[in-house]
Amino acid sequence: MCLGIPGQIVKITDETRLMALADVSGVRREVSVACVATPDLSDLVGEWVLIHVGFAMSLIDEDEAAKTLEALRGLGEAQETLEAMADGAAALEGSQ
Amino acid sequence: MRYVEEFRDPIAARGVLAAIGKVVDQIGATAENPVHIMEICGGHTHAIFRYGLDRLTPPGIEFIHGPGCPVCVLPMSRIDECVDIAERPEVIFTTFGDAMRVPGTRKSLMQAKADGADIRMVYSPLDALEIARRNPDREVVFFGLGFETTTPSTALSIQQAAREELKNFSVFCNHITVPPPIKALLDDPHMVLDGFVGPGHVSMVIGTHPYDFIAQLYGKPIVVAGFEPLDLLQSVLMVLEQIRDGRAEVENQYARIVPEHGNPVSLAAIADVYEPRPSFEWRGLGEIDASGLRIRPAYAAYDAEEKFGVGYGAGPRIVSEPEGCACGQVMTGRIKPTGCPQYGTGCTPEMPLGALMVSSEGACAAYYQYGATEDAVTEAVQ
Ligand code: SF4
Repeated sequence: MCLGIPGQIVKITDETRLMALADVSGVRREVSVACVATPDLSDLVGEWVLIHVGFAMSLIDEDEAAKTLEALRGLGEAQETLEAMADGAAALEGSQ
Repeated sequence: MRYVEEFRDPIAARGVLAAIGKVVDQIGATAENPVHIMEICGGHTHAIFRYGLDRLTPPGIEFIHGPGCPVCVLPMSRIDECVDIAERPEVIFTTFGDAMRVPGTRKSLMQAKADGADIRMVYSPLDALEIARRNPDREVVFFGLGFETTTPSTALSIQQAAREELKNFSVFCNHITVPPPIKALLDDPHMVLDGFVGPGHVSMVIGTHPYDFIAQLYGKPIVVAGFEPLDLLQSVLMVLEQIRDGRAEVENQYARIVPEHGNPVSLAAIADVYEPRPSFEWRGLGEIDASGLRIRPAYAAYDAEEKFGVGYGAGPRIVSEPEGCACGQVMTGRIKPTGCPQYGTGCTPEMPLGALMVSSEGACAAYYQYGATEDAVTEAVQ
């Protein structure tokens, strides 16, 4: 929850609500890009971001993303975050 | 040097460790007379134990584990209030999974769920918003907790709910801020603190200036750090160099992520939705002035405390801690986790008694998980 996880923006899903699809270690999830929004949102596609509880909080470069992910794996936090994302998806269906 | 091999760059780590050893000698710090460095962030606590940094660094450095794990500092009364809200039949209570096992006086959220309350673990407040959209006949409450890293997410979610005029979404706000507890610890005459390693991701939101008082008013160094092991070692070195040189400054080791002035969009959302509470209770530390946030009256429709009449303002508050628990003493660095009589017996990660055992960012759980041995850790700080 406290540490962000790197993800790559795949596409913009909702211009008005500032939402985008991100790829986080192979898992796709919708995130808010409000905190990193650019005048033309499509500029974000392909960018790496640090994602905290579903919000892209900072733009990072690819090398930083790789290093951060490795550090998160070392702490077991990467797995925990991916499980939390799966929990979130199940919660929408009410199937926990 | 058992753990150095695990580093991404072991050679660089050896270099920094050698430099740390040199500065510790220059300061004249020893095991009997160590420098006390507090890592504020729970993520850092976890990394220190995971990589054995406390054992790799010279005995002249004593790490004090700070209050920077939001799950660990949640008071029992707030968990009780969560359970009260969650047990209402109309409510779908949504929370980060980390909070499920925190003990309350009656039960944890996990137990409440087992007893039939509709409690759902979500990854993001955005999930809670979506559940509200899909269940217009239910009241969806999100358990908002965390420091400045997660505060923008609930602020932006509340703003979004307001734009959509969602009537069935609210936040039970337990957001807390990093600087006030640091001030409280610095004001505590029993605390011995020589410098700080500052939180990286919190600072990404708030920038580095909120820590100016630590250097300017209290004359202590603070270095904002990333959470890779090498980041941490470098930051410890920077703190030590300041101590050696008699400097007290706010330095930023994590400048690649942390802008000096923080993230403007996040700060604007926080300021729009939240205001400081007069005080807020921290498990083990008690009430701390202006350390928590509440939802501004303009957004009262999204405030679960208002909606359900629970929490601050709803009556006198009882501060309770679990029987026999030494969380407060651990949290203020007075004893090590192993000094608590419940450690490993009455309190384990499977059956936590105190909140420091609940999350891997809590000092007790980190000790337990990475097998800190009795002999290395029983000495009290004072
Ligand atoms: S061992 Fe358990 S009860 Fe004791 S201080 Fe740690 S968390 Fe609290």
